[in-house]
Amino acid sequence: MIFDGCRLMAGPALVLLLTWCIATNGALGAPPAPTDVTAEDFPWDDGTNANVRWSFDTAGSDAIQGFRIYRRLTADELAKERVERRVKAAETAFDTSLKSALETATSEATSEEHYFVGDDTPQDRPTKRQAAIDEATKEALKAAAAADGEPLFEFRAIGRAEPDERSFKVTTLARSSSYEFRVTALGIDDSESEAVDAAPVTTRRHAFVGERGFLAAFLFGLCAIIVGAIALARGGFRMKVRRIAGLDALDEAIGRATEMGRPVLFIPGLQDMDNVLTVAGVTILSRVARTAAEYDARLEVPTARSLVMTACRDAVQGAYYAAGRPEAYNPEAIRYITDEQFGYVAYVAGRMVREKPATCIYMGQFYAESLLLSENGNAIHAIQIAGTAETSQLPFFVAACDYTLIGEEFFAASAYLSGEPAQLGSLFGQDIGKMIAVALIVLGVTLATVGAFHVPAAQRAADYLAHTVLKQ
Amino acid sequence: MKRTVPVIIASAVGFVLVIAFFIPRTQAWGETAVLWFNILAAVAFVLGAGNLIKVQLESISARRPGWGFALVTLVAFFTMFIAGMLKIGVFPAGQYPEHAWSGKFDSAGAPFGWMYNYIFSPITATMFASLAFYVASAAFRAFRAKNVEAILLLGTAFVVLIGNTAMARLTDPLPEYLAFLRLDVLVANLMSYVATGVTRAITIGVAVGVAATSLRILLGIDRPYLGRL
Repeated sequence: MIFDGCRLMAGPALVLLLTWCIATNGALGAPPAPTDVTAEDFPWDDGTNANVRWSFDTAGSDAIQGFRIYRRLTADELAKERVERRVKAAETAFDTSLKSALETATSEATSEEHYFVGDDTPQDRPTKRQAAIDEATKEALKAAAAADGEPLFEFRAIGRAEPDERSFKVTTLARSSSYEFRVTALGIDDSESEAVDAAPVTTRRHAFVGERGFLAAFLFGLCAIIVGAIALARGGFRMKVRRIAGLDALDEAIGRATEMGRPVLFIPGLQDMDNVLTVAGVTILSRVARTAAEYDARLEVPTARSLVMTACRDAVQGAYYAAGRPEAYNPEAIRYITDEQFGYVAYVAGRMVREKPATCIYMGQFYAESLLLSENGNAIHAIQIAGTAETSQLPFFVAACDYTLIGEEFFAASAYLSGEPAQLGSLFGQDIGKMIAVALIVLGVTLATVGAFHVPAAQRAADYLAHTVLKQ
Repeated sequence: MKRTVPVIIASAVGFVLVIAFFIPRTQAWGETAVLWFNILAAVAFVLGAGNLIKVQLESISARRPGWGFALVTLVAFFTMFIAGMLKIGVFPAGQYPEHAWSGKFDSAGAPFGWMYNYIFSPITATMFASLAFYVASAAFRAFRAKNVEAILLLGTAFVVLIGNTAMARLTDPLPEYLAFLRLDVLVANLMSYVATGVTRAITIGVAVGVAATSLRILLGIDRPYLGRL
């Protein structure tokens, strides 16, 4: 009897237990929604950013893993999304159908390459190919129509914020456009709270990018110092410039090539004229060319960019005119090889081995080819002088070349070689800029060290220096 | 006049690019200047290709030593150029299946793609692979213990090299108070503090050097682009 009573009670108890479990899970799974969600235009920017802010009960922060921020797609984005989805569906269907046709077309065919050179008789190929394309076209059109019918979600997740964060910076927006945002809280079990919408916000372009204010101050301050130093040098202020062995060796290296009757090879790097290293390299080339013209040495300049070829030709021609030997200028010695990195290396390395230049000069932007070139130069016992600001390639040049201009020396080369007071003045300004950088480093290290001894003001100052002043 | 106008153009464009970084209203000017550069580079590419053909043809015509290489270069150039420009054998794109030429010029089944994937890529990969041997020979020369600096370099290189292999585990049994001598810790410290510190010093020098060089060019003190003008 007691046993029967238990059985009778078991059913309702189980239902109650299940209801409790579902209710509890529901409470755990859906965290409370954030409140006071607002969106505002980001102050002092180029009009491509916005700030989304919200409130959330701090006590509940432990029960969530963060916030998710959504943005409503604009009409243009939705239209683009539809087209992209349609195209993707069509392309996938087309490729799948074509691949299937190819696989059945020949016994061994598994790819388009096999179809192209497959074992069908040549007469059969065009017919089979057209039939496969026709069938794939039908499939593609069908898939595109199906993709059109699927619904599109107007809001898209654009980022996540940590539980203790109450704002999110949205970037890469269009200028002067209206945007709508919504925020949800994310539960520990990945459940999402009810979404809360912010009022629409319109992005606005401001007069100045505020985040770059300190950078602007540094840059224009440095420029003012350099201009001041140039003016000082023009006014007759004598400046002492330390000797740079690599640059002093240039004349000797070119003289050696003249005596040996072998060419001087100048490599201006792999990049185009929009790269400051290439520009600096071309500047050094004009000095090298002038010395080569004076010594009657043969100069060869293979380039990896067409525009660099024309710039190098102008620079070398100018140097030959300046040296009073315009008739010795040979434009064919400055030639375009290829934009391809290793194609260029193959040419230059081959040229080195065949022609055995007495001097190889590398000035510009280099990547993996730095060691390939300089080791070949080393193998033919050429005097090698390299200069680059690419820190990852400097060790290779140091290992393989006789002289290497490291970083700033490379940029100082033009001024150093010219010996003009105005250019030397810029070197003085450069040194003052470095002293300011050193002072900032010492200040930062001191503040961080003091801050580590629980001095909050010093720590705050160090953080401000690192994350605000030096952010850009 | 011939000197002044190019200097004014170069300076104006240079200053516009600098200002556009800070003042949003001038960003469009900067973008236009970059567009000009792209147009110039595209035109110069024709000059480059013309120069390549001219030099190779002269080499073949004069039967200079190695003229066979020039012939190979020209044949390869025109084969790739024609196959790519005319989109020979290209499969139509899924988006426009009814247009035979709508596919990409370097798609897998097309001759251009085939030559690129099965001739050009292996050749460039071979060139790149040869770097390993050059690294070995350069390292052999660089790490000869000739003086104190070279010995330091050799020792550091040895630690970093061994620390990045499975042999780094050999120092795992070191007690906690000697943990700083474990190879993985040594490598991490060398890379994070020593190497990064030196690299940053060079980078700061480079940044200041770039500013000075740019200023010299913008002010017309240094004019490598003017040639004989």
